[in-house]
Amino acid sequence: MLAVETCDLTKDYSIGFFRKRPKRALDGLSLRVEPGEVFGLLGPNGAGKSTTLKILLRLIFPTSGTARILGRELNDVSMHARIGYLPENPYFYDHLTAREFLNYVGELFGLGATERRQRVDRLLDRLGLASSRDVALRKFSKGMVQRVGLAQALINDPELIFLDEPMSGLDPLGRREVRDLILDLKRQGKTVFFSTHILSDAEMLCDRVAILNRGRLQGCGDLREILRLGVAATEIVLENPPPEALKELSPFNRSVVWTGERARLEIADEADVPKALSTALRLGVRIVSLNPVKMSLEDYFMARIEEFSHTPLDQDLKAVAQEKEVKR
Amino acid sequence: MSRVASIALHTFKESVRERVLYNLIAFALLLIGAAILFGSISVGVEEIILVNLGLSSISVFGLLMAIFIGIGLVSKEIERRTIFSILSKPVHRAEFIVGKYLGLLLTLVINTAIMTAGFYVALLYQKRTLRLADLLVLEAVYFILLQFALVVGLALLFSCISTPVLSAVFTLCLYIIGNLLGDIRWFGQETGNALVENGTAVLYYLLPNFGNFNAISQVSHGEGIPGYLLISNSLYALLYVAILLSASIMIFEEKEFR
Repeated sequence: MLAVETCDLTKDYSIGFFRKRPKRALDGLSLRVEPGEVFGLLGPNGAGKSTTLKILLRLIFPTSGTARILGRELNDVSMHARIGYLPENPYFYDHLTAREFLNYVGELFGLGATERRQRVDRLLDRLGLASSRDVALRKFSKGMVQRVGLAQALINDPELIFLDEPMSGLDPLGRREVRDLILDLKRQGKTVFFSTHILSDAEMLCDRVAILNRGRLQGCGDLREILRLGVAATEIVLENPPPEALKELSPFNRSVVWTGERARLEIADEADVPKALSTALRLGVRIVSLNPVKMSLEDYFMARIEEFSHTPLDQDLKAVAQEKEVKR
Repeated sequence: MSRVASIALHTFKESVRERVLYNLIAFALLLIGAAILFGSISVGVEEIILVNLGLSSISVFGLLMAIFIGIGLVSKEIERRTIFSILSKPVHRAEFIVGKYLGLLLTLVINTAIMTAGFYVALLYQKRTLRLADLLVLEAVYFILLQFALVVGLALLFSCISTPVLSAVFTLCLYIIGNLLGDIRWFGQETGNALVENGTAVLYYLLPNFGNFNAISQVSHGEGIPGYLLISNSLYALLYVAILLSASIMIFEEKEFR
């Protein structure tokens, strides 16, 4: 059984006041998230990440397509007892304290009084809110509210946790704690599905990622595979190479950067690496190091986004409008 | 505790922490106290004045509470996005609506009880003693509560479809029209025009008839409310509230939270 499965999920919004026009926020998204993995949904602002999560949580409804969570249909509300959700930029009841709010959420999950008390105390301790448990939420900083949001998402000990921009509003220490928390959840065998536009977080945490841009899936796969396959270049560092050696190596290298007496050559084509090395050895140049320059998640992300940016958004909208017209 | 009860209790806690509520209760109690003063300058009808003014205060201030808290019941949750964390729990949207409704109703029942207690203190101060007949006032208070039940239902329905300001305007307008429905129907009959007559008859049966629940004058003159009227008005309010809640749930089920 998959943790999350979406099939051709599409969401159109109507924009405009008098003359309504469709705006496609999500376009035929098909995803499969395995149990126990940390899955990152990446994309720039407005890519459709929150829309996807809101559809999965049944806060908005898809225009077309289907989705299942833990093998259940989205309209099966009882399934929510097995999941947790942290909304983007969460806001909770001003008049409640952290403990009262978590207690209320525990009641909604049908937890008994003793179990509720234990879980609330444990989570407040775990998230560094123990000393603020009886402080009204209106007095909390943004980072503290985010932690309360995480606590309410975990109060039911869920199998699957949806986190919408979980690092948003957190200071470096808070981000580190959330990263540790996500890794801890993974160790416990939980599935974590989170959206972010902070790629370094995704690179550190995710088993698999999906890249969304303007509502479309631009790529999806195992993060290790993406990073392993994506060798962008090979870097050769030479000790004080003479100008004639650099001239002879110039057909192979893409760029030369000097750092003190060392020259860093970037060989774009992997096939040219042996040729460049033998040339350097033949000319008696000392080779300091040889390293593959791997593609970072950021490089992969940017490549995917740029690839897609050749399709103007206006064309997409016109296509959607035409599609609707034909249906009428 | 069921989810509906949890939501209701939470709504109650939320409402009782609203400062406006205490201001309204204070004003109501002040006005009830002032009724003693008005009574003392009205020779022979002191008690009638006190009952009229006291019950009117309970009705008006309770109405203000019902409208001003009721219109924010759902819209505030949407505006502040607190709804995201509630509906992502195993909570049916219908449970949320019913819980919110019952929570505010509980708040109004308790506030009305406080204001009624204040009224009896004023009555005791004026008459120096209380008789069993004074309990008749409770029948009028019960009718006032039935009105509140309808008003909260209306405010909740409008809260699901409109902004707080418009919801307040719509609810208040319907309350005023609902109090004049008998006159509106009479006016329609008097015109002799079949279209107007039928139109006003439709309004009479369609809109909530708040005039049915006005027993203040009757009670102030020491007349009790017949049992059949207590039952029929209770059933009317129950049915109307059920319709309003069903409509709110239907709208809320389709609502998207972007």
